Amino acid sequence: MNTCSLLHIAGEDDREFSMSDYQGAQARWCSGCGDHSVLASMQRLLADENLPPEETVFVSGIGCSSRFPHYMTTYGFHGIHGRALPIATGVKLHRPDLNVFVVMGDGDCVSIGAGHWVHAIRYNVDMVALLLDNQIYGMTKKQTSPTTPQGYASNTQPFGSWLPPINPIVATLGITNASFVAQTAEWIPAHLYATLEAAHRHPGFAFVRVLQRCPHFTPDMFGDAPKNPDSVQLLVHEDGLNIEALETRYQDRVRHDPSDLDAARRFAQNEDKVRIGILYRNESLPRYEETRHVAAHTAADRVALLNEEFDRHAI
Amino acid sequence: MTTKLPMLEDGAQAPPECEILETSTHTVEVVSDPGEGAQRCGQIFGTISAKMGNGVWTVEIIPAEVQPPPRDPAAASGNRVRLGSGPVTNWGDRTNLVLAFNEQVLLHRHRLGTLENDATILLENRWAEHDDEDIRAEWIAALAELGKADYRIIGVPMHEECERLVEDPTLGKNMFALGLLCEIYERDVELSRQQIAFAFRKKSQAITDRNYLLFDAGVEWARNHLDFRVRVPASVSDEPTVVMNGNQAIAMGAIASGMELAAMYPITPASSVSHHLGGVFERFGGIIHQAEDEIAAAGVALGASYSGKVAFTITSGPGLALKTEFLGLSVMTEIPLVLVDVQRGGPSTGLPTKVEQSDLLAALFGQPGDAPHVIIAPATIEECFHVMVTARRIAETFRTLVMVLSDANLATGVQPFRRPDIDAAWQAPAADQSPIPSNGRPYEWDPRTGLSRRFIPGQPGGMHTVTGLAHDERSKVAYTSEINQRGSAMRSRKLAVLQHSLMPPSVNGDESGDLLIVGWGSTKGAIEEAVERARGEGSSVSSIHLRFLSPLEPGLKEIFRRFKKVMTVEINYSDDRDMPFVTDENRRRGQLAWLLRAQTLCDVDCWTRVLGEPLRPGAIHDVIRANLPEGGTE
Repeated sequence: MNTCSLLHIAGEDDREFSMSDYQGAQARWCSGCGDHSVLASMQRLLADENLPPEETVFVSGIGCSSRFPHYMTTYGFHGIHGRALPIATGVKLHRPDLNVFVVMGDGDCVSIGAGHWVHAIRYNVDMVALLLDNQIYGMTKKQTSPTTPQGYASNTQPFGSWLPPINPIVATLGITNASFVAQTAEWIPAHLYATLEAAHRHPGFAFVRVLQRCPHFTPDMFGDAPKNPDSVQLLVHEDGLNIEALETRYQDRVRHDPSDLDAARRFAQNEDKVRIGILYRNESLPRYEETRHVAAHTAADRVALLNEEFDRHAI
Repeated sequence: MTTKLPMLEDGAQAPPECEILETSTHTVEVVSDPGEGAQRCGQIFGTISAKMGNGVWTVEIIPAEVQPPPRDPAAASGNRVRLGSGPVTNWGDRTNLVLAFNEQVLLHRHRLGTLENDATILLENRWAEHDDEDIRAEWIAALAELGKADYRIIGVPMHEECERLVEDPTLGKNMFALGLLCEIYERDVELSRQQIAFAFRKKSQAITDRNYLLFDAGVEWARNHLDFRVRVPASVSDEPTVVMNGNQAIAMGAIASGMELAAMYPITPASSVSHHLGGVFERFGGIIHQAEDEIAAAGVALGASYSGKVAFTITSGPGLALKTEFLGLSVMTEIPLVLVDVQRGGPSTGLPTKVEQSDLLAALFGQPGDAPHVIIAPATIEECFHVMVTARRIAETFRTLVMVLSDANLATGVQPFRRPDIDAAWQAPAADQSPIPSNGRPYEWDPRTGLSRRFIPGQPGGMHTVTGLAHDERSKVAYTSEINQRGSAMRSRKLAVLQHSLMPPSVNGDESGDLLIVGWGSTKGAIEEAVERARGEGSSVSSIHLRFLSPLEPGLKEIFRRFKKVMTVEINYSDDRDMPFVTDENRRRGQLAWLLRAQTLCDVDCWTRVLGEPLRPGAIHDVIRANLPEGGTE
C-alpha cells in the first residue's frame, strides 16, 4: 500500500522493493531472541506491501527491542524510554502520508510509558504499535517488569515478583476507541506474519502484543507452549486470522468474531492457555489524524487571514 | 463602639461643578468578587482608552482561589489599567483611582499597599445598610481601617441604581461601573458602546442592549454626582496599532512564523496561548494538540518537527521540568523545536498565576548532560509576537531547540503596539522532500560551524535512524571517545556561531557612568522608567536589556567595563547582602547575575524580589539611588 499522494499523482513510482531493501545494520540482539523473528517478519511484510522505505518511519523507545529501527533501512526514530508513542503521534499528525510503526518493549509500553499507551489507543492514530513482551527488563539485566508473572524472581525482586502482572490485552480492550487488538507469538512465524499484515492493513491504531522469551532471563516463560502446540489456542475467524499452514499442528482452534468486544474480553481475561489471534477489530472508529485534518494553506493565504485577525485587534 | 469612620461622601444630588485633573499618567483599578465582571470591565476600559490614543498597560488582578466565598479579601478579582499620554511600558507604581464592588476586596488592595495614599475610591455602598448584621459590622471595621489613609471615598449605590433597570444587578453591574469610569475619564461614548458590542458579540442582542442600558446609567450617575474628571491627554497617531496581551501575541506570532503544529497540556499561565490558537489555528492550516501530559506534548511536537516543519510546545515551569528529557533528545538529535515557557512563581507549584523570572537557569541547565540550546526572552508584548518568528527561524537554521521565556506579566498584560507588517517570508517553507545524494550523511557537520542539513522523512535516499545515543555523522550509534567529543563540540559550536550574528545590546542612557542596570524579560518598561526618573534627577545610571540569554549577546564585558557598578534587576529570589549568615561566597544571586558573573568574570551585583507581582518603577528607582556610589547624584 503506497500512500504517498505525490508519487501516485505522478504515476512514476514503479519501484519494486525486496526484503533486502529494508535491511539495515546487522542486528545485535542475542542469538535466540524473539526480536530477530519480528524483524524478519516485518522486513518481509514491507516488501510484500511494497512500502517505499523513505515513506516509512519506525519509532521506538529504549530497551532491547527499541534498537529495531537501526536494523531497518527506513526512516527511524530511536527515542527515549516510554515515549515512542507521543513521537509517533506527532509524526503521523503532521505527516499522515507516512507509514508509521512503533516498536516498544514491556517496560516502555506497560510501565514508564503506560499513560501514553492508554491515550494512543484513544487517539486511534493510524499506525502499528508493537509490544515486544518478554516480560522482563533485558537490556538492563533482569529487573521485574509490569508483565512479569507473580513470583518470578529477578534482580530487583529476588524473592519473586510481588504483584500479579498487568494483562496488556485486557487493558487495551478496556480503553475507549480501541480499534485493533491482537496477540501473537514469536515462535510461530506464520502467525506473527499474518498478524503484522492485518495490523498494517488496519485503518487505525493497531496494537499487537508479541509474546517473547528472552533467551537469557526468561527462557522458560509460557511454560511448554513454545514446544507443545496443545498449550496454544488459536482464535480463528474469516474476519480474523485463518492460517491454513497452522491447521495440522495447532488443533486447539476456537472461532472468535473480532467484532465481538465482550467475547474478546473473555478470551483475553482467561489465561489458562497461550491464546493468539485477532481479539478485536473495528474499522469504523474515527482516526485522530483524520478528525484533525486541516486544509493546507499558502503563505499568501495566511498573510491575508492574519491581517484579518489583526483587524480584530486594531485600534 | 467608638470607631471613627472616615467621611464617606455621597455623590452630590445635582450636577456639580467639575474639577478637571489633567495628568500625563493615571492608574485605575476595578475590583470585585470573582464573577462580578470587574475583569471584563477593566479590559473593555483599557481597550477603549487604547483606541482613543492613550498609552495603556493593563494587569489582571487574579484571586488566589478558584471559588472563594463572596466578600472575601483574598477573592479580589479585577483589572488594573495604567493610562498615559505617551506609551506606557509597565504597570507603574500605585493606583490613583479604585472602583470597588465591596469594601472587603478594597481592603485587600489597601493592605497590599497598592493604592496611593491620596487615592480616590468609588465604593459600592449597599453593604452599609445590609440586612445581615455581620456584613454591617465588617463594613464599619473596614472603613475604620481605610480611614487611616488619606483616601477620598465616595459611596456609589451601584446595586440600587442597577436594580431599577434590570432584575439581577449582579449580572451587568460591571457595565454600570464601566459607565462611571468612561464618564470620569471622558471616554468617547460611541466608541465605548462599540467596544461593549464587540465584547459581547457572542451573546444575544438582548444582553448587549441590557449592557448599553446599564452603561448609560453609569455615565448618567457620574455626570450627576461626581465633581471631578480625570483628563489624560491622548496623542492619536497615524501609525496602525493593535492591542492584545502577550499570550495572544505569542499565538499570532506562531501563526506568522508558519509553524503548523502546537502540542500542549493545560498549565497556568501558559494555557491562554492555546485558547487563542484553539479558536483560530485551524483556519490557518494549523493543528493544536492537547496531549495527555506535558511529556507527551513535547514528544508530539518533537515528532512533528522531525517529520517536517518546526513545531512548538507551550508550557510553564512545572511543565518545563517534565519535558526535560525530550528537550535533551531534541538537542542530541538536532531536531529543531520551539518551546514557550510562560514563567510563573516557583519552585514546584509555586504561584501559578503570578509573575516570576525564576526559570532562567533551569531553562539553561535543566537538561542533564551537556545540552546547548538557544534561549530568547521577549521584553514587551510586541516582542512576544516577533520572537516566535525569530525562534522558528533559528530553530530551523541551527537545527536546535529554542526556548522562549515569557512570563505572567507579559501573558496577561495588555498593551497597544505598532501593527506588524506581516511578511510571507517569515513562514517556514514547505518541508524539503527532494532526494538526498547517495553519499549524504544526516549529520554532515560543517567542521567550522557545526551546521548540517536536516533529512526529513519522505526524502528518497535519506533513510537513517535518529537516536538519543551518541552517534556519528551517519547517525550510527557510536560510543568512541573521539566521536562523542566531536558531536558535543559540533552541537555547542552552533551557539558560538549564532552569537557572532547577534548585535551587542544598546545602552539606554549614557554609554558609561556610575551604575548600569541589566534586565531581561518583562521588566524592561519598569527599569527604563526608573532609570529615566533617576537620570532626570542627575544620576549617572544607564540600563541594558537582554533578549538573548543563550547565547548571551556579544560585547557585554566591554559595556560592563565602562560602569563603576553593574547590577541586575530581576523577579527571582536572591539573598540581600545584609541577611544573617549571608556572605559574598554563599550568597544566592539573581539568576541573570549568576550567569553574567560566570560568563564575564565581572562583579555583577543584583537586586531581586519575588512579590508575585511585576516590579514597580518606584521600587527600582529606590534601588538605583541606594546603589549609586557616594555623591553619584548631583
